[in-house]
Amino acid sequence: MSVIYFLIGCSVVLALIFLTAFFWAQRTGQNEDLYTPSVRILLDDSEDADDK
Amino acid sequence: MTGNPTIEKISCYHCGDDCLTEAYTLDDKHFCCHGCKSVYQLLSESQLCNYYTYNDHPGATRARTDRRFDYLSEPAIVSQLIDYTDDQVTMVTFYIPHIHCSSCLWLLEKLHKINPAIHYCRVDFLKKQLNIRFDHYRISLQQLVELLYDIGYEPLISLQDVIKEQSAATKDQLVQKIAVAGFCFGNVMLLSFPEYFGISTYEHSFRQFFGWLNVLFGLPVVFYSGREYFVSAWQNLRRKSLNIDFPLALGIAVLFIRTFFEVATHIGAGFADTLCGLVFFLLVGKFVQKKTYHHISFERDYRSFFPVAVNTVVDEKEKPVPLADLQTGHRILIRNNEIIPADAILLKGHALIDFSFVTGEAVPINKTWGEIIYAGGRQTGEAIELEVIKPVSQSYLTQLWNNEAFNRKQDNRMQTFNQKVSKYFTVVLLVIAIASLLFWLPTDLNRGIAAFTAVLIVACPCALALSTPFTMSAALSIFDRNLFYLKNTAVVEQLAAIDTIVMDKTGTITTSDNDNIQLNAQLSDEERELVYNVCMHSNHPLSRMICRYLGNHKRLPVTNLSEAAGRGITASVNGYQVRIGSEQHVSGYSRNTLAGTKVHVAIDGNYKGYFAFAHQYREGLKNINSLETDYELYLLSGDQDHERFELIRFFKTTDKLFFNQSPQDKLDFIGKLQENGAKVMMIGDGLNDAGALKQSDLGIAVTDNVNNFSPGSDAIMDGKSFGKLPAFLKFSKDTVRIIHASFLISLTYNFIGLSYAITGKLSPLFAAILMPVSTITIISFTSLATHFAAKKRKLS
Repeated sequence: MSVIYFLIGCSVVLALIFLTAFFWAQRTGQNEDLYTPSVRILLDDSEDADDK
Repeated sequence: MTGNPTIEKISCYHCGDDCLTEAYTLDDKHFCCHGCKSVYQLLSESQLCNYYTYNDHPGATRARTDRRFDYLSEPAIVSQLIDYTDDQVTMVTFYIPHIHCSSCLWLLEKLHKINPAIHYCRVDFLKKQLNIRFDHYRISLQQLVELLYDIGYEPLISLQDVIKEQSAATKDQLVQKIAVAGFCFGNVMLLSFPEYFGISTYEHSFRQFFGWLNVLFGLPVVFYSGREYFVSAWQNLRRKSLNIDFPLALGIAVLFIRTFFEVATHIGAGFADTLCGLVFFLLVGKFVQKKTYHHISFERDYRSFFPVAVNTVVDEKEKPVPLADLQTGHRILIRNNEIIPADAILLKGHALIDFSFVTGEAVPINKTWGEIIYAGGRQTGEAIELEVIKPVSQSYLTQLWNNEAFNRKQDNRMQTFNQKVSKYFTVVLLVIAIASLLFWLPTDLNRGIAAFTAVLIVACPCALALSTPFTMSAALSIFDRNLFYLKNTAVVEQLAAIDTIVMDKTGTITTSDNDNIQLNAQLSDEERELVYNVCMHSNHPLSRMICRYLGNHKRLPVTNLSEAAGRGITASVNGYQVRIGSEQHVSGYSRNTLAGTKVHVAIDGNYKGYFAFAHQYREGLKNINSLETDYELYLLSGDQDHERFELIRFFKTTDKLFFNQSPQDKLDFIGKLQENGAKVMMIGDGLNDAGALKQSDLGIAVTDNVNNFSPGSDAIMDGKSFGKLPAFLKFSKDTVRIIHASFLISLTYNFIGLSYAITGKLSPLFAAILMPVSTITIISFTSLATHFAAKKRKLS
């Protein structure tokens, strides 16, 4: 049953990774504007491709 | 002039306004003015015509074209506006009111195609902000703003932008605290389950491991997420007041200490998951309460309305001067559509001042040479020169802001129910806790301490602390849906406590768009045509309104046109002599008539009649009658009293109608009502109501467009919802009743918990179930009850 020590360790580390990811997203401002990307994705950027 | 009769309406390809002439066409597309056409030209040269494919007529009308960004070459002003600069790039954020559709987004993020010196553009759609990074060696800030102006996206640059308020940082920290608390809550719950289900003897070694892990998870919850409760409780204690944070902080501390001891001394599992759950739910409640409207600012004062700088004339040369440096004696130059920033005397030019933002009055006022023009007016027409007689902060209007009403601390206007109750709650809680400690102390010390801590844990007013934020935020979203925007949740309670309502007249109970024209003259079709053609040649707002009223007519050649500013127009059309304007101008004499603005017409010396521009009362003003029974109603107007008798329809008596009120009079009037113990709500719209809005217990700004300027207030109401005011007031009272009911519910839960706790035998499982159950009950009760109440008041 001592494998539980290992498993719990893994689960906590995994959860910590998610928490860090959330902190990173928060600090880089990814959650600041939750509306604009939903509009931006509908716009074509075909012209950009022509330029390049 | 094309002389071509146009019956069908052609709308401008760029902005969608009606095209009055066919003079502006390009690539088979019609434009209403040169400005719109040139925007199209610029975009088509840069191959950005996709702008027009995403939406029909996405542009702003460009009928007015005047550049006034010279002040952006002053380094002192530039350094205040930009966010960041180094030796390569500069970053700046603009507020652009016109951002409204996907085309705007698309175009503004493609600015680099027009000018490659712009590296990066990002739009925040809801905040209507544009973040730009550019190479300041290749394009200056002024050129950048002019480019934005050229494509129809003029940024609003005001002094209040300069004084940037950073409120976003604190809220983000709250999200992170919730994340940490939620993370710990989840993990602790997982680790606590084995204990609740019972651990068999051979798994006993896990119990210690789980216990210590729980304590470890409790640490960030207490010291990071829950920190502000300790800080707030301590600050209030030092001010010798008890707020709800005190029992909460006490509960958090006791939970943690007891958990630590139980784990350390192997006597139990502790209350780690109750602790984490408590902090998590409390913070969520706090988050819900902090609703923000990105597109609305409640803290605007005259600075956000006035320009950043003004052009002064020194030795016949123009020089931009920041407003703060403007002094008495400076000569200033105000062009079409610019705002006069300080009280000044007119020296040169014809002034036609639009005071609509100050008084709500839409029709511009004429000023002649030597007259004093008060700050806040907007010049329409030609450029004028003025001499400043008072500095900006001492002007007739702006000196209002020196009143003490503006320095008072905002939140202490009314004590909320929550604050009142929590004082007594804390005292009662402490008495029960100490009593149970003293009761057990003589017989069993351990049990006494257990009872003492259990009381503090179980009575921790979590549900109590959550009932207000959840009810209020539900209420706020109901108001929001009805175009009534409250600054914060406390305003709902203030709304319920109001007993006196004071209203401004112009712009508040009347609509500011002046489309209500009455023609008091017998004009034949031909005569209409003549009037239309003369008015076509004038830029006076009243002429434009008459043109719109008369509709499209055939164009006729107009000769001998002369316009006397502020008086009227004289012209010859088709051999007729047409005079349009004031009575003095048209018929040579002036009777002193009451009531509103009139434009008179005479053709070949025969007086024909007049156009009357009447105020239109807002729809639903008659609903205000129903408030008569419960509220004292007053009306304060800056105008003459010629509408007194019309207003009786709505106010029943004339005793409570006051006219000729200056901004200071309005403020003082509110103050006097308050001295007599009244809880006053002020409803106003212009800058002249700003003082009264601030002085009142609850200030509501009425506006026809929430993105437009409105004076600082507690709430902003869209003019369309004005008739719903009685429903809003009733609904706010319902909301307060819901809060009272949910307090009772949470007190019941506290009682159930206490009856176990004082015996000293509180099991962790019981606490772990009671706390979330009570929280969920409160959240579902408050949101259901609020929506039910909204339905009853026909607001949902």
